[in-house]
Amino acid sequence: MNEMTPVQSVGVAKPLVDGPEKTTGKAMFAADFQAAETLVGRILRSPVAHANITAMDTSKAEALPGVHAVVTEADCSDTYGVLPIAMNEWALARGRVRYRGEPVAAVAAVDVATAQRALDLIEVTYEELPAYFSAEEARAEGAVLLHDDKPGNIERDAEFDLGDVDKDMAEADLVREIEVKCSEVCQVQMEPHATFAEYDGARERLTIRPSTQVPFYVHKMLARTMGMAEGHIRVIKPHIGGGFGSRTETLQSDLIAGLLARKARATVKVVLSREETFITHRGRPESHITMKVGMKSDGTITAVDFTVQQRGGAYSGYGIVTILYAGSMIYGLYNISSARFQGLRVLTNTPPCGAFRGHGTVKTRFAFEGLIDDMARELGLDPFAVRRANLLAAPTMTENDLLVNSYGLDQCLDWVEKASDWQARKGKLPANKGMGMACSHYISGASKPKHWTGEPHATIHLRVDWDASITLLTGAAEIGQGSSTVMAQCVAETLGVDMSRINVVSSDSALTPKDNGSYSSRVTYMVGNASIDAAQNLKARLIEAAARKLEIATDDVECLGEVYRGGQQDQGLTFDEVVMEALAGEGTITVKGTFDTIPESWGGRKYRGAAIGGTMAFSYAAQVVEVTVDPYTAEITVDKVWVAHDCGKALNPLAVEGQVQGSVWMGMGQAMSEETGFHEGLPLAANMLDYRVPTIIESPPIEVGIIEAADPHGPFGAKEAGEGSLSGFLPALTNAVADAMGVRACELPLTPDRLLELLEKKARDGGANSDRGAA
Amino acid sequence: MKTVLSLTVNGVAHDDVIPDNMLLVDYLREKTGLTGTKIGCDGGECGACTVLIDDRPRHACLTLAATCQDSRIETVDGLSRDSRLTALQRGFNEKLGAQCGFCTPGMIMASEALLRRNPDPSEADIRDALAANICRCTGYVKIIEAVQFAAQELASGELAS
Ligand code: FES
Ligand code: FES
Repeated sequence: MNEMTPVQSVGVAKPLVDGPEKTTGKAMFAADFQAAETLVGRILRSPVAHANITAMDTSKAEALPGVHAVVTEADCSDTYGVLPIAMNEWALARGRVRYRGEPVAAVAAVDVATAQRALDLIEVTYEELPAYFSAEEARAEGAVLLHDDKPGNIERDAEFDLGDVDKDMAEADLVREIEVKCSEVCQVQMEPHATFAEYDGARERLTIRPSTQVPFYVHKMLARTMGMAEGHIRVIKPHIGGGFGSRTETLQSDLIAGLLARKARATVKVVLSREETFITHRGRPESHITMKVGMKSDGTITAVDFTVQQRGGAYSGYGIVTILYAGSMIYGLYNISSARFQGLRVLTNTPPCGAFRGHGTVKTRFAFEGLIDDMARELGLDPFAVRRANLLAAPTMTENDLLVNSYGLDQCLDWVEKASDWQARKGKLPANKGMGMACSHYISGASKPKHWTGEPHATIHLRVDWDASITLLTGAAEIGQGSSTVMAQCVAETLGVDMSRINVVSSDSALTPKDNGSYSSRVTYMVGNASIDAAQNLKARLIEAAARKLEIATDDVECLGEVYRGGQQDQGLTFDEVVMEALAGEGTITVKGTFDTIPESWGGRKYRGAAIGGTMAFSYAAQVVEVTVDPYTAEITVDKVWVAHDCGKALNPLAVEGQVQGSVWMGMGQAMSEETGFHEGLPLAANMLDYRVPTIIESPPIEVGIIEAADPHGPFGAKEAGEGSLSGFLPALTNAVADAMGVRACELPLTPDRLLELLEKKARDGGANSDRGAA
Repeated sequence: MKTVLSLTVNGVAHDDVIPDNMLLVDYLREKTGLTGTKIGCDGGECGACTVLIDDRPRHACLTLAATCQDSRIETVDGLSRDSRLTALQRGFNEKLGAQCGFCTPGMIMASEALLRRNPDPSEADIRDALAANICRCTGYVKIIEAVQFAAQELASGELAS
């Protein structure tokens, strides 16, 4: 007789629970919803980058047959924004437009042609103001303020000065500086933004399906903008075609769809074009970084002194958080004590930036890892050795009070060094080929939520009914990252049952418990833990029922997942029988599970904004990139990437690999080809041909090593897997180019023209290595 | 101007009066209600709308429906018959070639066209065949594995779609 064991679900490669819908075309994305008499919503956008709106006349549009609603700022009750302390956007511009393409009015009409004609009939008078497209222009003396309460057009100046930077810098054997400039990049998730909104005029209720990563935030902002009771709005998250931070805050199109549906008292669908999706933006800001590092001759880092300036765009958005991350995350990867940071987030007349994957950390990491690579070369140290000279030892607190409870960077380094055969191959490759490496890390969710209400960070409901199926109700937004699958795995593993018993219902405000959403890699850690907690609570109920039925003590019940029994000889009860017993006299069972962060993880108080960076656990990554450079065209081919990622425990190794590959590859686009760019505020690349997302042709093989430095509080030890390996690609690539060609690239993306310039400069300088870049 | 369009979509015959300027992708999504085919860009940039027209992969967003007179159109919605996933669909599912799934319909149709004309593609063949399809989630690694999985399944005797 086979010995019965609980079914294992965690640590096993699992296809996504919603995979079949996605491969058959049945998955419904927001734009796929259609009801009888669905109206088309369209948005009128500002043709100028900065102006006062002195008059607006919508009467002709309203009179056009087929038009059911025209909305303007007059229909909005309040501002909106993602940070409670910085809500300075209107769904439709009030009094002033601050970037080209900002929504000023919207219409709902019977068809596209009528909606378009109606937009043409809206008359807006603009009185233009000076517009600033670079951080320098916006900061200049006497510049007109974009927002009256933001002197100098500064959204936030952030700073810290920890340890004794000047003393430790003086004690270094080598001090070097670097100056880097990185272009603005956009998420370009495959699904353009779309929202399907139904208004029930008889009951004054709104039901809305937005393409969002944060249904709860959209819910709150809809209520605020529309002046509606939160309880009169139902937000249902459809399938989401990727996010990467592009919709990790409420977007105007979500709010406009709600406003139009209410005014038309009808069903309205707003689908943005790709161009409008680019203009909505919320990508990574253009950044200018200077950095000085002090190093001992053995590679030990003594101090870091750096400045970051970000061109934030026209509104606050996540800006304060982004600039704080750019500083605080210098810590947590290596053993650094003294660091000084000055950050400036500047308001400009360009589309607002947001929280792109790897939020705030990417460009700082790029500067740092490039600089220490050059310093290693100068000191005659191997790039791996210089990283190993600065490892942390967990558990520890960083100088800025970030909790590091688990740390697998050493293992990541070992893995990529071996997999890439670094020691044997580095420096021995043929001409124009090179290898580079870099490390990176990321948080597993911010330990202090933006909306601090005292509620747990995550709540899960599990429902068990007469059919013995388990319904997992979660507010966490499945956006393609596999969160529903991971939660089902956590529940199945805890109960020892097969995953096929579990149905996941994700993000419907009428059914599922509140969740803050899918951002900052919080879901696996926080919602995973809540799932385990819920499953444990359910298991306790089932064990009680089994004990009752078997007439034994609960402690004597042996739970084998599909069977509960009193001992080896006992035939026991099937899961279905246990459920029937548990339901007797009780009815359908619903249990709850929650998760809360511990106070030690909340970040520090040593400087203003020091909570940013506080997390329960960091993921770690190391990667090696191998390139070939065409010396004539300066075109770079990435031949191969080896990446090791410490995710604590790979709950779903298949999904971890997919996330890590996706991250590395997204870093590649940013490093090599992607940039938005504006001319007088007019986007230069608001389409997927001019904005160069890598195609399958130039995308390299990416070999993933999974490292499991279990986190003591993580769900089965797990930490994040979807962001931490992105930022390492950028410096690993430029380090590889430095190895191949002897030039240090300090401006990204490293397009052929930028690299050609560096190569020509090197040739002019008589082959002298311009290692230190602009500094 | 209007046209009477006669064609088959996933094996079903249609006769529809359509405006001359209607795009095939809008015809499929709005007129036949088959929303599996996606729109990811403003025209010809992303491949999400890839369908088969007489076995050839085409951008439905760049094709006027009226030019498809008497054509045989196939979309992702029609691939799995009797609720059984095809080898390609299983490949994309089991190898995680689909994360968010938005590029997936186009990827699968472009791959379907490839496997019909070349049942034993090299990795370079796969890259070539999918060069017009952007995916923003996967980095393409597992998409290549998904197509390889399907080719192997088909070679080992599985029936095509
Ligand atoms: S929708 Fe992008 S190419 Fe057709
Ligand atoms: S799976 Fe999301 S775009 Fe390809």
